[in-house]
Amino acid sequence: MQGFRFNPTALPPEAEAARTRVRRFLAGELEAGTYAPHRSSWTTFDAGFSRRAGAAGLIGMTLPTRYGGQEQSDLARFVVTAELLAAGAPCFAHWVADRQSAPQILRHGSERARREILPPIARGECFFGIGMSEPDAGSDLAAVRTRAVRTDGGWLVTGSKIWTSNAHRVHYLIALVRTGDAGENRHGGLTQVIVDLSKPGVTVRPILNMAGHHEFNEVFFSDYLVPDDMVLGAEGQGWEIVTSELAFERSGPDRFLSDYPLLVELIDRVGPTPDARQAVEIGRLIAHLAPLMRMSRSVAGLLHQGQSPEVEAALVKDVGTAFEREVPEVARRLVPVEAEMDSGDDDAADRFADALAHTVLDAPAYTLRGGTREVMRGVIARGLGLR
Amino acid sequence: MESEVNSIDAQSRPAPEAEPDISAIVLEQADRLFHEHVTPAVQADADRSVWPTDLWRAVEEAGLTLALVPEHAGGFGLPPDDALRVIRRSAWAAAPIPLAETMVAAGLWSLTGGDVPEGSLTLGPVNQADAITAERRAGGWRLDGRVRRIPWGSAAGNVLLHAVSTDGEPLVALVPSDTLDWASRRNLADEPRDRLSLSGLDVRWDAVHPAPAACRDGFLPLGALIRSQQMVGALERALDHALLHAGERRQFGRSLSKFQAVQHMLAEAAGHFAAATAAADLAAAEWSAAGGLEAGAEAVAELAFPIAVAKARTGEAAGIVAAIVHQVHGAMGFTQEHPLHYSTRRLWSWRDEFGGESHWQAEIGRLVCSRGGAALWERLAT
Repeated sequence: MQGFRFNPTALPPEAEAARTRVRRFLAGELEAGTYAPHRSSWTTFDAGFSRRAGAAGLIGMTLPTRYGGQEQSDLARFVVTAELLAAGAPCFAHWVADRQSAPQILRHGSERARREILPPIARGECFFGIGMSEPDAGSDLAAVRTRAVRTDGGWLVTGSKIWTSNAHRVHYLIALVRTGDAGENRHGGLTQVIVDLSKPGVTVRPILNMAGHHEFNEVFFSDYLVPDDMVLGAEGQGWEIVTSELAFERSGPDRFLSDYPLLVELIDRVGPTPDARQAVEIGRLIAHLAPLMRMSRSVAGLLHQGQSPEVEAALVKDVGTAFEREVPEVARRLVPVEAEMDSGDDDAADRFADALAHTVLDAPAYTLRGGTREVMRGVIARGLGLR
Repeated sequence: MESEVNSIDAQSRPAPEAEPDISAIVLEQADRLFHEHVTPAVQADADRSVWPTDLWRAVEEAGLTLALVPEHAGGFGLPPDDALRVIRRSAWAAAPIPLAETMVAAGLWSLTGGDVPEGSLTLGPVNQADAITAERRAGGWRLDGRVRRIPWGSAAGNVLLHAVSTDGEPLVALVPSDTLDWASRRNLADEPRDRLSLSGLDVRWDAVHPAPAACRDGFLPLGALIRSQQMVGALERALDHALLHAGERRQFGRSLSKFQAVQHMLAEAAGHFAAATAAADLAAAEWSAAGGLEAGAEAVAELAFPIAVAKARTGEAAGIVAAIVHQVHGAMGFTQEHPLHYSTRRLWSWRDEFGGESHWQAEIGRLVCSRGGAALWERLAT
């Protein structure tokens, strides 16, 4: 059987320096009261926060300096993202660009795309969404039907994308579109393109989530023009590129720290002398979390070496999101409060109830976004040689 | 026994890009040795209390029993994490010998300045409820206590006992097991777990030394550390069996591996295996960095967290993975003839030994709660 690559990965000194920097930045934000950790997570959109994070050098760190980055290792970025998550920082504005769009553009983009887009990403001024899912292509990404046809100097795109987080407030999407026939393995004829949402030919329609928030959207393309230099990689290379993008998307600490602030609130709410059951259940959660940190760090090391650890990323996501889903369930078993929406009070009791309410309503997405649990298990099964 | 190609090697062996060093050679040697000597006949015999003489002799001749004894004390002096890798490989092979117990007891005894005797060693007490008291007498000590489930017990040559003197000083004593009063017991894997009754056992002064920091409070953490490594080896083997079976067994005109339900079960098991391995790696790395058995008192206190995480996570994975691999094997895996049970019965035993999941989870929970929510991150982040 093919082994998994979760090798021990030491943090380089630059990663510890980055930790110091991000902690100093976060201490300043908390002191200024710019956000409430128990009410936010990496899927809280705050463009101002992201601009300040960019100014503090916390975005696009792995990019070359000529594109506005700092040429730091993926392990330094791992440390920064983990620290932001643990602090419950509202990172959604820059999250996708930092996590996957910028590395994709660096690897596969034209020189113009790199020069125009990467520096503002690193400054925390340019945000991205993901244009993969379609109404008839959810988990089955190969079923993408949004079509791009050749035109003078580029491609004309027609079709629609769905579940597009932040399409109404980001600047670009990277979209997977059909430029040719699928072929026998269904993976052919796909191409990744950069979509500038400020250009004509694209409209965004909101979809409210069950908590009443406007986060995702449907996006319609009608003869939207993609210039040749906004294509990623070669025509028809989309499946291969999207697969490597998913390793970035699935392996990070955002796949197990989404509700970390609730765990912190739970520990504080239980207090310094837990009863036997509280100690066991909290201890169990932490025994799940500690190895996940190590696994995710290993994948960051592989990404840094330029590898594409698709299977290991799927393992981190499957195990990590299973953990995330359990946190609110354990919390409500141990502290029987009735969760409530935005109580507005600030005392300790309500912080817990607030965090619980947000997490319960957020949690179903954990095992859907970025690829469902079932898709992850399929990827893992392939890695085990079963498919 | 399946071929090398079918095993999940990545976790329990050095990374392929690591330079071929002494550790890699030792692991290869250990694998060859177990492959040759842990035969179906040896395993079946061990279930009937037959000591595997040839296997043990080969292990001793290879120097593996002295892996944690420094070279200057006549041992092998392997880096501590490499010694743990050897333990994982022995568990992958389901070798029916007290190799892990011998390694640890020999290392501890040597650390106190004692001469390590030939033959197998074991240690006890192995759970919190049991204790041995030591009273100073002319020329030595008098030991009292009842100790349950000592691994290999009467089958081991000598037993390293942890005792507390009447002054409260923690001691270790090395005692030949044939001088002791044993009652025979076995765990679910038919490994001896004997009960020891000490009533006024007199031991000479030179057989009793102050306990090193690593076992000042007893053997529970060290035992949990080695059982967590063993569980990684046994989990890996159990999954190897299941993957092989899923590929070979055909039903409804196709191999089991082509059924999505089966694929998802095995993917879930692989996730638990990967997480358990990472947890055991975490403990192995921190233990090794702290000097292994030579860790000082402060380091030993710090090691409580990673060891608790390792034992709790591997123990939880053991139950889940064992259930899945048996489901995949169907009735075949429920037979004595199929070798799966050599791995799964060990998993079911080892998860409970030296503290089960709830013991270690509670340790983690109490530690974390006592320090408060804000302090948790520092422990996880670095």
